[in-house]
Amino acid sequence: MDDQIRTESTRLQLTGGERSRVARERVYRLVLFLCAALSVVVTVTIVVALAVDAVEFFGMVDPVDFFTGTTWVTARDQFGVLPLVTGTLLVTAVSALVAIPIGVASAIYLSEYASPRARSVLKPGLEILAGIPTVVYGYLALIYLTDFLRGLGLDLGTFNVLSASIMVGIMIIPMVSSLSEDAMSAVPDSLREAGYGLGATKYEVSTGIVVPAALSGIFSSFILALSRAIGETMIVVMAMGLRPRMFDLTDPVGSLAESGQTMTSAMVQAVTSDVGAASPTYKSMFALGLTLFAITFAMNLLSNAIAARHREEYQ
Amino acid sequence: MSSDGAGQGAVTGMADRSEPESRTDDDPERSGATDGAETVIESRDLDVFYGDEQALRGIDLTIPEHRVTALIGPSGCGKSTFLRSINRMNDLIDVARVEGDLLFRGKNVYDEDVDPVALRRKIGMVFQKPNPFPKSIRDNVAYGLEVQGKTDDIDERIHTALERAALIDEVEDRLDESGLDLSGGQQQRLCIARAIATDPEVLLMDEPASALDPVATSKVEDLVEELAQEYTVVIVTHNMQQAARISDKTAVFLTGGELVEAGDTNEIFENPEHDRVEDYITGKFG
Ligand SMILES: Nc1ncnc2c1ncn2[C@@H]1O[C@H](COP(=O)(O)OP(=O)(O)OP(=O)(O)O)[C@@H](O)[C@H]1O
Ligand SMILES: [Mg+2]
Repeated sequence: MDDQIRTESTRLQLTGGERSRVARERVYRLVLFLCAALSVVVTVTIVVALAVDAVEFFGMVDPVDFFTGTTWVTARDQFGVLPLVTGTLLVTAVSALVAIPIGVASAIYLSEYASPRARSVLKPGLEILAGIPTVVYGYLALIYLTDFLRGLGLDLGTFNVLSASIMVGIMIIPMVSSLSEDAMSAVPDSLREAGYGLGATKYEVSTGIVVPAALSGIFSSFILALSRAIGETMIVVMAMGLRPRMFDLTDPVGSLAESGQTMTSAMVQAVTSDVGAASPTYKSMFALGLTLFAITFAMNLLSNAIAARHREEYQ
Repeated sequence: MSSDGAGQGAVTGMADRSEPESRTDDDPERSGATDGAETVIESRDLDVFYGDEQALRGIDLTIPEHRVTALIGPSGCGKSTFLRSINRMNDLIDVARVEGDLLFRGKNVYDEDVDPVALRRKIGMVFQKPNPFPKSIRDNVAYGLEVQGKTDDIDERIHTALERAALIDEVEDRLDESGLDLSGGQQQRLCIARAIATDPEVLLMDEPASALDPVATSKVEDLVEELAQEYTVVIVTHNMQQAARISDKTAVFLTGGELVEAGDTNEIFENPEHDRVEDYITGKFG
């Protein structure tokens, strides 16, 4: 009897039941792997699809002209992308100026200052903001925001970069605030206590301890939100107009007050205009898409590098 | 009864053996060590609740100035809670509620006109769990100095604090590395350095030597005794010998959040009034 027990417990070969357990583990692993791989496959497919058509486009339009040209008039076969790139960057920059300060401030308030009651009202409020369809934002920018800004004494065109950009900024505030708040709430209380114990005020603890400790999460929220701003289409199509315009360094205010166009909006125009699918105008959409992709990709790399440099990890 | 006496002898005997250079010369008996000292902190009928649970019951205790007061007692008896109610750290816990008086130099710190930030600048704290900031070693010590505006000669202050906390030799040439890269015991000393850098009047230390090796422990004990020349120190410890070695006054808390006995350390260790206290300090408790 004893002998039998000993051989049972020291035997390393798998019994039938154990073998099926190992097989199950393999299946779990495979299914999980396939799900993880799916997103990579989709990304690669998109890039390849864009690239194939973009290559065709660059067979018709010289890439040098495309990347250095300052005029985008598809009707005259002028495909200089720079006005669209500067249009996109301008929208992104202005929306960042709106969303980053307001988003971070609301995150600090929600994570550090708000009473549970205030939080229970504000958080769903921000989530609703995130759920509004962008076409509604576009409408609000066109009809109300421009009028409001004119009321403040600004001389704005019907379609203008400023309203559209501010509205894009408002749209991405919830992304900045909720992701930043998550990062700040994850900072352990023991660090806050250390700060208070040294005689720091709430503001000093929030800005000097919590924000630095959450910085990599906060940066990721910026990047995600700005990538969203770069790719935003509906608001800019509706409120910014469809006139590609180089950003004029000598007259930045004028550039904001007038209409303009972003890469996304030019893509919409290309696909909705009455041209053949083989025309350079139609194909330009893919070159623009690829350029857009390259810009967001570069931003992600940049943010990772910044986050790595500023990381204040806690355990 | 006889076995009780033997156990008690063992504790005090150990304490005697390890304290000769630091204490025996100035007051070999250490009776009356707290005589003549002014009271800096006094709690009167202090109750602390966490929600419905009462963590401290009617605590009456005085903390003498320029002395070391040790708080001892079994785990969960409320030592940290008492310490944290002195500098109002319990304000930060939503469910915590304090009743009764806690006087700092005669002023109830729970009065409405008391600014907890100003209070905490006078009463520094070393927490039970080392909690260095995820910043460089230098910035960890600099932080308190900066928020309190004590930035003149800041490098010198940082150096002195690290020196007094017996850490400087280990970190002197890596002040720019993260405080989190230090070992647990080093982190504990970094937190001590951070707390003493700003020169508080009172220092609350919650088991500051719990993760330290004997050498570092004895350095921290030396520091505590040195600090008691200028500051008032309240220290929580689970180490009876340590309490006996470094404190002038001892307060014994027992389970349920009661303060059972408080008095001169020598008397508590040699001749406690309560059997329960005697059992606890001789290790027969729990
Ligand atoms: N933040 C909190 N919320 C709720 N209850 C708490 C909290 N902190 C402490 N308590 C309770 O209060 C009682 C006293 O805790 P306290 O931390 O003061 O004990 P302690 O004497 O310091 O113990 P130890 O020696 O283990 O550190 C315990 O019963 C504990 O569960
Ligand atoms: Mg404790």
